[in-house]
Amino acid sequence: MPVIEINNVSKSFQKGETTRHVLKSINLSLEQGEFVAIVGYSGSGKTTLMNLAAGLTQPDGGTIQVNGTTAIVFQNYSLLPWFSALENVRLAVQAAFPQYSRKETTAHATKYLEMVGLGKALAKKPSQLSGGMRQRVAIARALSAEPSVLLLDEPFGALDALTRATLQQELVRIFGATGKPVTALMITNSVQEAMLLSDRIVPMTMGPQATLGPAIPVSLKKPRTIDMLHHDEDAIRTHAQIVTFLTANKSQANATTRNHIPNQIVRPLLRSQGLQPDHPQR
Amino acid sequence: MIAKKIANFFLPMVGIALVVGLWSLASAVVSKDLPTPMATWEQSKLYVLEPFAKRGEMDQGIGLLIGYSLERVAKGYGLGILIATPLGFLLGLSSLLRRMFDPMLQFLRPISPMAWLPLGLVLFQKSEPAALFAIALCSMWPTVINTMVGVRSIPQDYWNVAKVLKLSPFQTFTKVLLPATLPHIFTGFRLSLGIAWLVIVASEMLTGTPGIGGFLWQEYNSLIYAHILLCIIVIGFIGFGLDRLMGMLENRLKTA
Repeated sequence: MPVIEINNVSKSFQKGETTRHVLKSINLSLEQGEFVAIVGYSGSGKTTLMNLAAGLTQPDGGTIQVNGTTAIVFQNYSLLPWFSALENVRLAVQAAFPQYSRKETTAHATKYLEMVGLGKALAKKPSQLSGGMRQRVAIARALSAEPSVLLLDEPFGALDALTRATLQQELVRIFGATGKPVTALMITNSVQEAMLLSDRIVPMTMGPQATLGPAIPVSLKKPRTIDMLHHDEDAIRTHAQIVTFLTANKSQANATTRNHIPNQIVRPLLRSQGLQPDHPQR
Repeated sequence: MIAKKIANFFLPMVGIALVVGLWSLASAVVSKDLPTPMATWEQSKLYVLEPFAKRGEMDQGIGLLIGYSLERVAKGYGLGILIATPLGFLLGLSSLLRRMFDPMLQFLRPISPMAWLPLGLVLFQKSEPAALFAIALCSMWPTVINTMVGVRSIPQDYWNVAKVLKLSPFQTFTKVLLPATLPHIFTGFRLSLGIAWLVIVASEMLTGTPGIGGFLWQEYNSLIYAHILLCIIVIGFIGFGLDRLMGMLENRLKTA
């Protein structure tokens, strides 16, 4: 039985008079222990798909079935700034294992923070940590709940190239360290990142009405290194195959769409008729 | 650095000296009824130097009078924020409630304490609960509005975290909602306390209860104008002190 089953899912957003069809006939299923990466352009609707898989939004059509518990690593870390690294992870442990005592919760959270190499930064607030360290905390938080499915929403998207490369390698190691195979769905805009970690790569066409292309298996044995990706014949061929698909589908999308509005993060502007707090939002 | 510190100390002194100078000038030129700064001090020093002396119902040391007023403010303000904070959360969380009550809120907010006080007297028949009623009703709005705005400005990211971690409603409240809103709430508390202190003077003047405002009104009626000035200065000091105190609390929360 597949762990994640996405069946003919579509999603559109209404903004005033216009409707933007973001996703169309998405089909994907993940087997136990499988690592699948979805690679696509920014603005193609990848995050929308992830939010659907995480249950944060509901699809307009089709079904999404997830057998087991999920945890998600967000692109922008989404750590709670008023809590220390330890407390952020503890919160996830508390929610996932309510039967744990205080001591057990702390021990469990500490174990996962040590696993991501943050054993010495337990008491640090997110504001005292670098981007890479914050993302490690977010990864520890997701793993600590010991989910059956891990969702990774451009997990290294907000990091600089060097940190990104280090953390990609780290993630390979961390997944090895958890002992059991993790079922994971990752979205990314980096073909290399996808090849480093996944068993199968699914390219996503440019939105609107983005859909998934044919899956391309990555046969390279694990654990992989960036070096392998650069030298293995198969890896180079697979890489080229994915890039070719993505470029082909980009020009096609550009030819068929008019008035494409890029996906961007829009924070609602707060307008109060009354008093404004006299300090900036955090 | 040191020069700056000296300037920081002396410049306000110069400001005070200028105002006192203007005051002297006004009492000499504009109205002979206005006591000079010296005369004010002469007539007031009994009240200041023996702050806890009780000579009669209204004739008490300034410390006691401040005490009565602060106690009344504490009660009325406490009542006000006790109602205002949950109300702010409800309005912040529910767009239905917000749409229902927002016009009402904007309508009630600018009503003067002087207008609420007689209604309080009608409702409760006694001056003390009427004063508390007016203080609570006037001081609660900044807390309601700031809490509401605070809840609404919580980034979607934090809500997503709560949802993804499957936090219980209680956990969501204590771990996400409350910490995210706390700085806004305290800004509301500070503004509310300022208003409560404004209202206390007015309500004591109208009800004639002992306290700094009541004393001010009685001394006006007894034609002891120096004491009016004493009261104004004391009211200013206390208001300033309360605001500083709340400001300190607020700053501590901001860094947390």
